[in-house]
Amino acid sequence: MSPELKQIFKPSPILTPIQRNFCPGCTHGIIHRLVAECLEELQLAEKTVLVIPVGCATLSVDYFELDTIQASHGRAPAVATGVKRSNPDLFVVTYQGDGDLASIGTAEIVHAANRGEKITTIFVNNGIYGMTGGQMAPTTLIGWKTETSPYGREASREGNPIRISEMLSQLNGPAYIARTAVNSPKAVLGTKRAIKKAFTAQMKGLGFSLVEILSTCPTNWGFSPVQSLKRIDDETIPYYPLGEFKVVEGL
Amino acid sequence: MGEKILMKGAEVLGESAIKAGCRLFFGYPITPQNEAPSYMAKRLPEVGGVFVQAESEVAAINMLYGAAASGHRVMTSSSSPGISLMQEGISYIAGAQLPVVLVNVMRGGPGLGNIGPAQGDYFQSVKPGGNGDYHLITLAPMNLQEQIDLIYDAFELADEYRNPAMVLTDGLLGQIMEAVEFHREKDLASLPAKPWAATGINHRKKNLVSSFDLDYDRLEAINHQIQDKYRIVKEKEVRYESYFADDAEVILVAYGTTGRICKAVVDILRSEKYSVGLLRPISLWPFPEKILQQLAQKSTTKGFLVVELSAGQMVEDVKISVNGVKPVHFYGRMGGNVPSPKEIIDIINTIHWEGK
Amino acid sequence: MEMELLAAGFGGQGVLMIGQLVALSAVDENKYALFFPSYGPAMRGGTANCTVIIGDNPIGSPILNEHEHIIVMNNPSFTKFEPLVKKGGHLYVNSSLVSEKSTRTDIQVHYIEANDLAEKAGANVAANIVMLGGLLKISQFSAYAVAEKSIQKKFASKGEKVVQINLSALKAGFEKA
Repeated sequence: MSPELKQIFKPSPILTPIQRNFCPGCTHGIIHRLVAECLEELQLAEKTVLVIPVGCATLSVDYFELDTIQASHGRAPAVATGVKRSNPDLFVVTYQGDGDLASIGTAEIVHAANRGEKITTIFVNNGIYGMTGGQMAPTTLIGWKTETSPYGREASREGNPIRISEMLSQLNGPAYIARTAVNSPKAVLGTKRAIKKAFTAQMKGLGFSLVEILSTCPTNWGFSPVQSLKRIDDETIPYYPLGEFKVVEGL
Repeated sequence: MGEKILMKGAEVLGESAIKAGCRLFFGYPITPQNEAPSYMAKRLPEVGGVFVQAESEVAAINMLYGAAASGHRVMTSSSSPGISLMQEGISYIAGAQLPVVLVNVMRGGPGLGNIGPAQGDYFQSVKPGGNGDYHLITLAPMNLQEQIDLIYDAFELADEYRNPAMVLTDGLLGQIMEAVEFHREKDLASLPAKPWAATGINHRKKNLVSSFDLDYDRLEAINHQIQDKYRIVKEKEVRYESYFADDAEVILVAYGTTGRICKAVVDILRSEKYSVGLLRPISLWPFPEKILQQLAQKSTTKGFLVVELSAGQMVEDVKISVNGVKPVHFYGRMGGNVPSPKEIIDIINTIHWEGK
Repeated sequence: MEMELLAAGFGGQGVLMIGQLVALSAVDENKYALFFPSYGPAMRGGTANCTVIIGDNPIGSPILNEHEHIIVMNNPSFTKFEPLVKKGGHLYVNSSLVSEKSTRTDIQVHYIEANDLAEKAGANVAANIVMLGGLLKISQFSAYAVAEKSIQKKFASKGEKVVQINLSALKAGFEKA
């Protein structure tokens, strides 16, 4: 490195320096970086336990230099409850996709939120099942074609897409609920601010916190990475508006 | 300690866990074990512990998974349908090699069944009920005093082998009250260290608690390691009570509540000079195969009668052990019914015992 | 010594309380005791019964074919359990509510107008303790003072007045049997 060049960016030491197996254009990588940066900046890594359930998220068990527990499909909030209740000093984070959290795991996320468990959930919502090959998720938008909604999702047949953040924000237990995106530099920065706020809620012991991050799945959507980012603006955000849905006093 | 107190079975299992150093209980209501979570909800805060009523048995077993993964002794109790719901979590716990203690207060099945005593979950416990190649160390007490001992031992064995342990009781043991004494209490400072637990990386190498591995050869190697562990358990941890079985012509084989009733049968028949004995498995997995093989070989032994509150589950393991050397008969009751000693004596008398 | 008791009646008549007090008194005298309740799904108004076995040695089978002592608090219990009294054993009948009479000659039958005596002692609901008093007199499951102590222990949380009513009920049953 020549003396006049200054290093202004480097990968977070919390991210394990190995190859990622996510598809090209997948936004998991960006979200990982944001989670790692927030943990680093808030000096939480040493006491963090990360709970990773089933889905594309499962690959992440190898990607963080954090103590990690791999949980069964949908049950990360229950596992995290077990960790936090037995070790109140630990910092506990679940990292879940929309098939995991909004379908098979609705009971666990609703009740962990309702009990006000002092854990933080990073909820990655791309409106489809990725790992299993592009099936319809509860979050899949009306009209979207997937492996299991080949004629396009219809409300009368497959029900309506579920808005988790709005739903959970009706409960008394959560301290912070927000929905963000990562499809532009500005959106990425907004997501980082939200994650930091969610972590702060846990640090202050204010209750449950969750950040829903609108994400892409170019492979299973059948879109290019760039088209995918645009689809977030055109289709996803109009149904899933961005914003903070719950911010308790003291945060 | 050392003083006899009258306690209900489901409460005994709670207090036994506390005496074994357990300070965490996650559970969900189901009859006939509701007194266990109620007891823990009241008692655990008194000893600095935590009770959480989970939203379902599915959540409860995963809370156990989290607590055990982060290094703590933890227990749940439930009854048959609830234990069925936990099977996925139990498989994950066995795969991740975590120590937890489970209690199944078995009730009549299948399905919703009823709340009477039953032993129809033997297969589910010892074969066992979840996916993949794993075993639960399964212990079956016949009375509340033994239940205290076996719950204590279940925690020790679970920690020693990093494997889930099941204490298998039934609706009768859950509901009866008996005079019991607590002889042992675990010193919390002497609980084993768990350097593998997820407790925050804290300047050491990362700990990963997982049952997941995409690499075929690595996952096979982990399976081999687990099976090696099971071979040691089978070698070292077999438990049974042999009650006048050594010279008996007729050997009863029964566990738990039926084991206790069969013991009374032996007393009655021995007082009438009838050569009957009992082999009562206490560990259902590992199963006491060797002693049954030995008893089968004896020239005095005419045959076996297995008595269960099921359509015949443990009898299969008895048959495997006896391996055709002597006849193995079976008598079972279901639906919450429990046979009386007289009923079992009548069965013994109707069987044609060879050479008699 | 060993004693086997079955107490039966409607849920709410306190038959489980009879069993628990016997077991508690036995344990207080350092005996072995087993209490086995059996009841339907309803909390009140269904049928309930319990088996109690106490003795100097560890208790064997909790399931018995017949019992040395049986207390019946209502007509259905009389019909069901009167035949199960062991030969030479004792049947205790709450004659305030049970209209039937036993025709068995191989057992001793004790008719105790438990609700009436309980009423006189201060509360109709103490009929179960009247029956307990009768049982205590005949079976001597524990010393009288020990049974009194068990009642004090069990009812302490309900106040001194309730304790006194139940002690009077015990005495009334004891004297009647």
